[in-house]
Amino acid sequence: MQSSRQGKVVRALIVVWTGAILIFLYLPMLSVVMASFTKQRYFQFPVKMWDTRWYEKAFESLSVRDLFWTSFSIATLVTVISVVMAFFGALAFARYDWKGRKLYQRLILLPIFFPQAVLGLALLLWFSSLGVTTSWHTAVFSHLIWILPIVTLIMSIQVYSFDPVWEEAAYDLGASRLQVLREITLPILSPGIVSGAIFAFLLSWGNFPLSLFTTGADQTIPEWLYSKMVSGYTPMVPTLGSLTIGGAAGIVILSFVILNFYRKLRGRR
Amino acid sequence: MKIVARWIRQPGFLTALPVGIFLLIGFAGPLVLVLLYSFMPPKTFTLGQVPTIENYISVVTQSYYISFGWSLALAVVTVFLLILITYPVAYGMAKIFGKWATLITILIALPLLISENIRLFGWVLLLLKNGIIDGSLQYLFGLSLSGMLYTVPAIVLGMVYVYLPFMLFPLVIGISMVPESLKEAARDLGASRFQIFREVELPLSMPGILIGSLLVFILTLGSLAESKILGGQAIVMIADDIESAFTFAQNWPKGSVLSVILITISLIIIYFLFRKIDLDRVVGRR
Repeated sequence: MQSSRQGKVVRALIVVWTGAILIFLYLPMLSVVMASFTKQRYFQFPVKMWDTRWYEKAFESLSVRDLFWTSFSIATLVTVISVVMAFFGALAFARYDWKGRKLYQRLILLPIFFPQAVLGLALLLWFSSLGVTTSWHTAVFSHLIWILPIVTLIMSIQVYSFDPVWEEAAYDLGASRLQVLREITLPILSPGIVSGAIFAFLLSWGNFPLSLFTTGADQTIPEWLYSKMVSGYTPMVPTLGSLTIGGAAGIVILSFVILNFYRKLRGRR
Repeated sequence: MKIVARWIRQPGFLTALPVGIFLLIGFAGPLVLVLLYSFMPPKTFTLGQVPTIENYISVVTQSYYISFGWSLALAVVTVFLLILITYPVAYGMAKIFGKWATLITILIALPLLISENIRLFGWVLLLLKNGIIDGSLQYLFGLSLSGMLYTVPAIVLGMVYVYLPFMLFPLVIGISMVPESLKEAARDLGASRFQIFREVELPLSMPGILIGSLLVFILTLGSLAESKILGGQAIVMIADDIESAFTFAQNWPKGSVLSVILITISLIIIYFLFRKIDLDRVVGRR
């Protein structure tokens, strides 16, 4: 009796603690959103006057549009390339049994656990030694080094739950390699592909350490935010920050809805 | 020859090729280049020189041990704080929350998709003089806590904040691998709650704690944004030194030496990390 009451207290404490951690995680983002709606040039709390003029300015500004397109182009290219390559990478990671697989699984994860700032500088050195001028194109390459392994890992989780029996049955019924890929493998793996794509896009969109050293004269939104935080603060910082937070939240919610819809559709069939 | 041909024709090897070749060019290549540059004479920009260990000597004799020391110290502090902070949450996710665990997992992972710059800037707003914490204290109690930003504790706070998920998720896996029956057996044999924790749960969830700790340690060791945004000029961490050697000082060989040392420390840790875990089990839950 005594110990079960004690157990309840421990449970309650853990629930409260977890709630506190969640608040801790989201508090800074809420602060950014709140700061974006203030009128003053320099942030002060409690906020005396609310305003949306920084949003109007952000939407009108041409340099913001440039930043947006640079970030968007990089993230889109990174998503497309990483999804295609990671699809095969995940099959090698989780589907096939082959000599060298254990080593491959470990080597491919190295870039994820590698300090990104150092990787960015090493890539800068690599590009200048090869005589490549850095621009947003080289940033796509750099992001892929880090994001490709992550997407491979995410897709692998789906591949593990994939039963090769389906493919074999299709082959037995006379399907070609391409038909099996299109009719069996791709549809079954599609949830993994979708979540891999979402991660690829958002991780590239938000990446800072790799972009910092490899975009050359081009600038992404995180780079711009950083440069303004360190020197030359403008109220546009929280505004663009909030827009990014809102955009990411929108993409995540939308993809949840789509994945749920898709699951229901498949369940009905 | 035949063996090689058969090996190459494995479907696994063929599907591994695109990612493998890409990482060979984009990851292994630059690292080898950094290693080669670390043996070039100071302030040279080509590889054709006579190799020298001058840079290593100058790095060891100069005051770089201070920034290495700060980076190592902050990494250790962050790891310990994160174990204490995340263990109860991980325990709850593995044993208590049930179906809510999925939702909490998603909620904790989501911030990873927002640029760490923006999240750290949120802390700037909270810690700033006349910021959210200082301003509320002044408004409510007339107290002022204005010196919070640009201090070492602020950097630690930023690191704990950014790397929390990297400690939490391995811990959850580690704790969920502790069989409930063992705890019951210990309880039946008269062990107290604390004894069960110390003798059964803690040792058996050690792999998870270890993986999380090593991950966080490597990530904090090479971190840059936390000390720049929340630390201001409070301290110089090793990633700062590497950056300025490559950029402002235009001394590629010196930057390379510092990188090689940092990478070596990280690689040793990663080696131990990978020896401890079976990826098929962790990723595929087989």
